[in-house]
Amino acid sequence: MTARPMIEVNQLTVSFGSGVDRIQAVDGVSFTVAPNEAFGLVGESGCGKSTILRALAGLNDDWTGDVVIDDAQMAPQRPRSFYKKVQMVFQDPYGSLHPRKTVNAALVEPIITHGFDHVNDRIATILTKVGLGPAFRFRYPHELSGGQRQRVAIARALILEPKVLLLDEPTSALDVSVQAEILNLLSDLRKDQGLTYVLVSHDLSVIAHMCDRLAVMNSGALVEQMDVADLAANRPRNAYTQTLFNASLGYGRSTAPPPQA
Amino acid sequence: MTEHPDSTPLVRAEDLWIRFRTVHGVIDAVRGISFTIGREKLGIVGESGSGKSVTGRSIMRLLPRAARVEAKRLEFQGIDLLAAAERQMLDIRGRRISMIMQDPKHSLNPLMRVGDQIAEAYRTHQNASRSEARERALEMLAAVQIRDPRRVYGLYPHEVSGGMGQRVMIAMMMIPDPDLIIADEPTSALDVTVRTEILRLLDVLVERRGLGLVFISHDLNLVADFCDRLLIMYAGRIVETLPARDLHQAQHPYTRGLLGSLPRIDRRSERLAVLTRDPAWRDAPSATA
Repeated sequence: MTARPMIEVNQLTVSFGSGVDRIQAVDGVSFTVAPNEAFGLVGESGCGKSTILRALAGLNDDWTGDVVIDDAQMAPQRPRSFYKKVQMVFQDPYGSLHPRKTVNAALVEPIITHGFDHVNDRIATILTKVGLGPAFRFRYPHELSGGQRQRVAIARALILEPKVLLLDEPTSALDVSVQAEILNLLSDLRKDQGLTYVLVSHDLSVIAHMCDRLAVMNSGALVEQMDVADLAANRPRNAYTQTLFNASLGYGRSTAPPPQA
Repeated sequence: MTEHPDSTPLVRAEDLWIRFRTVHGVIDAVRGISFTIGREKLGIVGESGSGKSVTGRSIMRLLPRAARVEAKRLEFQGIDLLAAAERQMLDIRGRRISMIMQDPKHSLNPLMRVGDQIAEAYRTHQNASRSEARERALEMLAAVQIRDPRRVYGLYPHEVSGGMGQRVMIAMMMIPDPDLIIADEPTSALDVTVRTEILRLLDVLVERRGLGLVFISHDLNLVADFCDRLLIMYAGRIVETLPARDLHQAQHPYTRGLLGSLPRIDRRSERLAVLTRDPAWRDAPSATA
């Protein structure tokens, strides 16, 4: 990869609380993501993976370190133009769409805020692109299934034609058959639009399927960065990655050591 | 698999229907399924809305008022669960059948020390003194592999981690010494490394005490690894039933479709198979398990 990275993170540190209660949620994390690459962040709850994403997205302005996205140095406060470049998709499509607003309203708002033209065309195009079609334009969230809602959330993120999509557990609230549809959609969109993804998930198999490279996190630190090919071949260097890998393969009755009583 | 001396099934269900009255009319959540549960680990797998959780709850008669349960037969150890008086159910529920829920954060009382909650479960079903119940609760905490039972006994639910909370739940459900445990997604709220520990614990306890365990889950591979026998549910019916070790030889297109749609760590594919639902699956007669 010789191209300039799309995302460059250096010594990112995020803390919460103050005094003796101060906790380093993310502790000096560095990584780079190339243009059109899908980069995975994996780890268990509380490891700081979503905190990194929120800092990248500008949802948390209390961080230190060095973040460069698309050649622009990021300050804690983001200008409006930033959101034309970087958008986020959240975990729970039941929580991320306003229950009293139609799909149309959810899509019009970013268009108006950022002063785009051709509102109708844009909405029709994006709804087709995410596999819903214009018929869904005036529906309310309660009229949609979980998978359809997540498609709306993806449409809302893509309507500003961003370069980077930050995906925070985009399929963990969905059934596996619906997850397959959404993951396929995300793969297609990345290919067609040349998008760059940072995908956060607790599910190693989702990361392995979607990403080119991944970083494994444990208690705020990045313990290992590796290619997905190395993961698939079970070549982790770090003991924690190995633990995570083994646990992700299932229960493994035959291989499991007996518990100590 | 060791053959258990007592091979009569714990639960027999024949032509079980569960209907919900709603403003939009009657919804059939479970449509005429038949199964038996023995002293085994039985996995019930399906997607959201397939009827797996209400099936589990119907055995304990824990469904909301709007639900109507009908069956030719629904028995637990010879007791007719549909005709049993609520009084009789109080003896069965918790004492002889107990339930482990998904998220310990929502199912433990936040204002009560976890140890006292376990002791309370014991005292509800056994005529025991406070100090005796406390001793039993401490033993149970040790049995679910909590290293320092005395310290953990005095903690409140918000002070314990998810994995430890689930151990406390399991201790609470095991202490009345039930014959059957219904576990509804017991590990879905847990991290994968913790999940393995909890499953191992359940496995050992179930094996050692010779209980029946119903494991309700959406996670096909996990259930196949853990259970002895599987029921695959779709739209309120059992589409397929098979020994867990044969999951990968499953015949039904729905089961095959679900397996195909799972991303895999060890095998990279460009696209995931997408399940195309055949309306005939809904209408096909339910398999008997």
